[in-house]
Amino acid sequence: MKLRRSMLFVPGSNTAMVCNAFIYKPDTVMFDLEDSVALSEKDSARLMVYHALGHWAYANIETAVRVNPLESPYGILDLEAVIRGGADIIRLPKTDTVEDVLVMEKEIERIEKACGRKEKIKLLAAIESAQGVVNAVSIASCSDRLMGIALGAEDYVRDLRTERTKEGSELTAARSQILLAARAAKINAFDSIFSDVKDKEGFIKEAEYIKGLGFDGKSLINPNQITLLHKVYAPSEDEIEWALEVIEAAKEAKTKGLGVVSLDGRMVDAPIIARAEWTLARAEASGLLGERA
Amino acid sequence: MNGVRQNAHAGTLESSDVFVQVFPHNHGVEIELNSDVEEIYGDAIHELTHKTLKRMKIDNVRLVIQDKGALDFVIKARLQTALLRAIGNESIDWSTL
Repeated sequence: MKLRRSMLFVPGSNTAMVCNAFIYKPDTVMFDLEDSVALSEKDSARLMVYHALGHWAYANIETAVRVNPLESPYGILDLEAVIRGGADIIRLPKTDTVEDVLVMEKEIERIEKACGRKEKIKLLAAIESAQGVVNAVSIASCSDRLMGIALGAEDYVRDLRTERTKEGSELTAARSQILLAARAAKINAFDSIFSDVKDKEGFIKEAEYIKGLGFDGKSLINPNQITLLHKVYAPSEDEIEWALEVIEAAKEAKTKGLGVVSLDGRMVDAPIIARAEWTLARAEASGLLGERA
Repeated sequence: MNGVRQNAHAGTLESSDVFVQVFPHNHGVEIELNSDVEEIYGDAIHELTHKTLKRMKIDNVRLVIQDKGALDFVIKARLQTALLRAIGNESIDWSTL
């Protein structure tokens, strides 16, 4: 089970960040070629990311790249670099319609074929407009390359003609819609960035809120937010104990040839086992299992 | 063979980066290297530079490289960016990078 709690944005034009991002151990490194890169440095950022993707430092960490829109002069060149460079995921910016995904998919297939790439690159669609939110359900299920959809809140609130607040009520509809669309399509759901990097308390509050809603993780803009987020996603001692007992009970049921088994008077069936496995995966990633697993 | 037609540069003088300047030149390859780690990595940077030029089929160029302790992939990326800017081609032959 691949955990994707933290997706750290790394500007492709920031050499120090590109060289060091892996040290902070986010679940996914998200190199950015879009908004954080000046127009005059699009070519240099593209080649920097292309070579970073092949560097040993990123061999054992999931890599994603936010490319420029295909209608820009940079989109196709970005795709060429990212697919040939070996990225795991392409983040498609400003996804408003199913057509946006399908056009991107067609270009990806062409490039994969041209360069002989065997492993299919995955797609993450960023929803950043009212139209995108309205179409989220159809977008989420339109391609088997889609591994998730993500809320891009900054552009979304601008489209909504409002402002982002710490309390976040302006994002309620979008978060609900994106989460439901992702779950219905059985793909990941990611929340937007929290831009005030100095406000740790506010970040933790928002992280707890989106975890409670059911989001798999969150995009991050500062490495300092990684540990805070992982702590929020780490299960409690009680949750770990419960999960270990569930897995033990499930093993026992299997040995005895039983479909279901009871634990403390409660039935343990497939959804309960899946939840226990998810809890243990988070515990392991947080280094909380020790020798108990 | 690719021809360097104009002056170009790429990179920065920040720590962990490298600043590469490219100039048209008619008499082979000339490299001026200034590096914070020249004593240890000078030969490796020269070798990487020559390999990069060979792959890009560039025989005549003058390069001024100011290295601030960049990793090998950063040097390669900056060299290629500066050279592509100097060549002035819009399209990229990925097999040469």
